[in-house]
Amino acid sequence: MCHEDYLPEALLPRPGRHKFKPPEGRYAMAKLKKHKFAIAFALLGLVILVFILWPLVNTVFSADAGALWDTLRDDEFIEVILRTFYTAIIATIAGVIFGVPLAYFLARHDFRGKKLVEAIIDVPIVVPHTAAGIALLFAFGSKTPLGKLFDVLHVDFVGTLAGITIAMMFVSIPFLINSAKDGFKAIDPRLENVSRTLGASRWQTFTRISLPLAWRNILSGCIMMWARGISEFGAVIILAYHPMVITTYLYEQWESFGLSASAPITVLLILLVVAIFVVFRLVALRGARA
Amino acid sequence: MSTLIRTEGLCVDLGEFVLRDADLEVAEHEYFIILGPTGAGKTVLLETIAGLYPPSTGDIWMSGQRVTDLGPDKRGIGIVYQDHVLFPHLTVRDNIIFGLRQQGSKKREASSQAQWIIDLLGISHLLERKPDTLSGGEKQKVALARALVMQPQVLLLDEPLSALDPETRENVQRELRDLHEKLQLTCIHVTHDFEEAISLGDRIAVIGDGRIVQVGTPEEIFRRPNSEFVARFALTRNIFSGEVRDGDDECAMVYVEGTPIAVVTDHRGRRQATVRPEDILLSPEPLRSSARNSFKGTITEVISKGSTVNLRVRVPPDFICLVTRRSYEDMELREGGDVYVTFKASAVHVF
Repeated sequence: MCHEDYLPEALLPRPGRHKFKPPEGRYAMAKLKKHKFAIAFALLGLVILVFILWPLVNTVFSADAGALWDTLRDDEFIEVILRTFYTAIIATIAGVIFGVPLAYFLARHDFRGKKLVEAIIDVPIVVPHTAAGIALLFAFGSKTPLGKLFDVLHVDFVGTLAGITIAMMFVSIPFLINSAKDGFKAIDPRLENVSRTLGASRWQTFTRISLPLAWRNILSGCIMMWARGISEFGAVIILAYHPMVITTYLYEQWESFGLSASAPITVLLILLVVAIFVVFRLVALRGARA
Repeated sequence: MSTLIRTEGLCVDLGEFVLRDADLEVAEHEYFIILGPTGAGKTVLLETIAGLYPPSTGDIWMSGQRVTDLGPDKRGIGIVYQDHVLFPHLTVRDNIIFGLRQQGSKKREASSQAQWIIDLLGISHLLERKPDTLSGGEKQKVALARALVMQPQVLLLDEPLSALDPETRENVQRELRDLHEKLQLTCIHVTHDFEEAISLGDRIAVIGDGRIVQVGTPEEIFRRPNSEFVARFALTRNIFSGEVRDGDDECAMVYVEGTPIAVVTDHRGRRQATVRPEDILLSPEPLRSSARNSFKGTITEVISKGSTVNLRVRVPPDFICLVTRRSYEDMELREGGDVYVTFKASAVHVF
């Protein structure tokens, strides 16, 4: 019997499949042989898990409860957190308005250059974020044509909430578009066909059939985009050192007052983002089960 | 009966698939079948009629009006797909009243407007359920109700029976026939199943390789296929090619592998001839009958089909014959044994 080419279930990339029952008696060796491959890979994977979890868990447990409490009651911290949430939400709303129609278009149409469009959408993921910030300055700075245009509308992007918002939007929009696109793609186009033959217009079909069926993907895309916006540092700091968002605030605290001052902020930030992420997973996983 | 739908030189080009020069005429209240193998483009033809694909050339007319540029929401056409394609996020009720709601009816109003079709199909007990909890037959009824509640001028059915188990299929088939009768529907029904086609259709269009090959009544398609493609589809097992020449009396003769077979035809020259397995009589002794064709042959193969038996008899050529198991046993037919095959000249179709 040869089991070399047989990939055990344990290796499939799904959570909750890594439990081995300890083999007993005579079968132990045989079983061990059979799963040798899987065990080796699982051990390598374990290194990564520890590498990710250890710093985070360690930081959270090293926190001093009193310091956490003080930070939570610090007006400046609260202000920074709210500002961060607010700008990330505005960026996400803009992402929904412009990104979801694009996602639907890409999911339903094949055209020459589609791959290029999809690649362009993914570019913000690979561009270093400080570089993205510089590029945004080049495009939206007050001396540029676009900057002058927005100046007429009294919108300035340097050192303002608007600047923070476009910085967040630039780096996080791919997550929303790609998630929404996957959601729309998963809808049988014939559902939309049937809707049309029943007398629904394209818009009615989009709002009554396509959106309700893809909303879970859109929502999880929004959460991803929002979370990515909150954690953005590089692009934000180039466009706006002030007013501060949580990442720039954390950086400043660490620079000025050292590790002990930045620790409570870090812990709260980690807990916050993990909480958001748990919600995201719940939404996404329930969608996968349905 | 007046023509309800007419397509004229319809061509659809979908990249991997092309439909060419489709000319069809479907009369009001007609049950029209489009028959063809899988991948022949039947579904695309339906979706083009529904307005879901724009034809690259050609026109579609409904009740004398050109509808080629009309959107699918403006044509008054209902469609039912093979796998039902119910809206998964809506209850059965909301699926059925979807079309009425888009016209602006309130939910309660729409529900009472839909009551007649719900009663007719007997699905009032399913209304609050979600589609994924329904059986195949139930889904099919809901899909029918959803389309019929809009009282479409034409009902398009895309392989409506193929996804069902045999028993449900028979029920739904009966249901379709009843609905067609009761509601005076005009149906265009696409299938790859020949028996389904002849048992439901008033007329059949056979489609193959992106073209309409033959249009006719089930009888015409069954008895007088115009090509080998149609003949094979119509499950005519005996298809011969041979030389048709004048016979000594009113019958012509077709020579197949040297055997002269009497036929009734005006064709001459190299032709194809078919005779259906069930039209061939088998007997252990020569038969005295009016049938012009009688040959002695050897049984080379016996294929049991349950209550019937298929026999391959080598004359030559090889004839596939169909007998009941009872006759097979009574005549003591055996592989390798001799037997007489007999059929009328008029049972042979030449094209």
